[in-house]
Amino acid sequence: MAEVLFFLAAIGAVVGAIGVVAVRNPFYSVLALVSHLLCLAALFLLLNAEFVAAAQVVVYAGAVMVLYVFVVAYVGGQDEPLGPRAGSGLRGAAVLFGGALFVELCIATLGSGLKLIDSRGTPIGRGFGAPEQIGELLLTKFLLPFEVASFLLLIAAVGAVVLARRRGGLSAGEEQARYSAMDLLRPASTGTMAESVGSRRPALTKATTPPAEDS
Amino acid sequence: MDIGWYLTASALIFTIGAGGVLTRRSPLVILLCLELMLNAANLALIAFARMHGNAEGQIFAVIVMVVAACEVTVGLGVIVAMHRRRLPIDVDELRELQG
Repeated sequence: MAEVLFFLAAIGAVVGAIGVVAVRNPFYSVLALVSHLLCLAALFLLLNAEFVAAAQVVVYAGAVMVLYVFVVAYVGGQDEPLGPRAGSGLRGAAVLFGGALFVELCIATLGSGLKLIDSRGTPIGRGFGAPEQIGELLLTKFLLPFEVASFLLLIAAVGAVVLARRRGGLSAGEEQARYSAMDLLRPASTGTMAESVGSRRPALTKATTPPAEDS
Repeated sequence: MDIGWYLTASALIFTIGAGGVLTRRSPLVILLCLELMLNAANLALIAFARMHGNAEGQIFAVIVMVVAACEVTVGLGVIVAMHRRRLPIDVDELRELQG
């Protein structure tokens, strides 16, 4: 039973990976990656890693892939010419490199002479890979990597906002919306940067200055 | 199943991802292929964790997932910024890093 499940999931994962690389439209690439991740989660389950499989489905196939889909829809998943430009010879080099890499990886892992590699692994207890064990390890032995990972997530979130924000010049409609509310509440010449540069709109400064002159 | 089969599948997925990074031109698809390679590494880590009967490899896989999520966030931010500046979404035409 486990053999059949393994081959089903492994073939699904490999076909999904090939789909990511070979499909022309980026949107379909993302969908192929989702199916690949689901098959990989099945493989994790076969390896008694329940928590990681659940996290894979929820975090990867759920959240990260939604982010991908949004960006593909925003950028416009236009069909790109598949592969490198003609005559560059890069495709042949890539296939050659990929084959060499596969052989090398197989030699490095299967030929490592580890005794247990041809077995089904050491016998394990009942709670192996359960959330209790993962949580206990994360909060005792691996507390520092856990905290560093949280900082890394914070930095990445702030960095993504900084990178993707709108730079240099707002469009006309947004500029009006930005000036309207605060400028009526605030007396003139409160020393904002916009005033010192002189970019404040003449109509608005006229509207706000009369109360200041009356007093 | 023997652990060696899982390692072979992991090597195959890693190879496909590396080939995709080499041949594709859209940065979006290159990020997807990076995900493939990270997932192949995750599979190998979990297979070795099962082999030794030790859950610490699974912690490693979880941390790899966190780092992959960070990398995706920043990479997609860069792609959105490129799109905003009307730059071509093509790694062959983006040879320079200056704005």
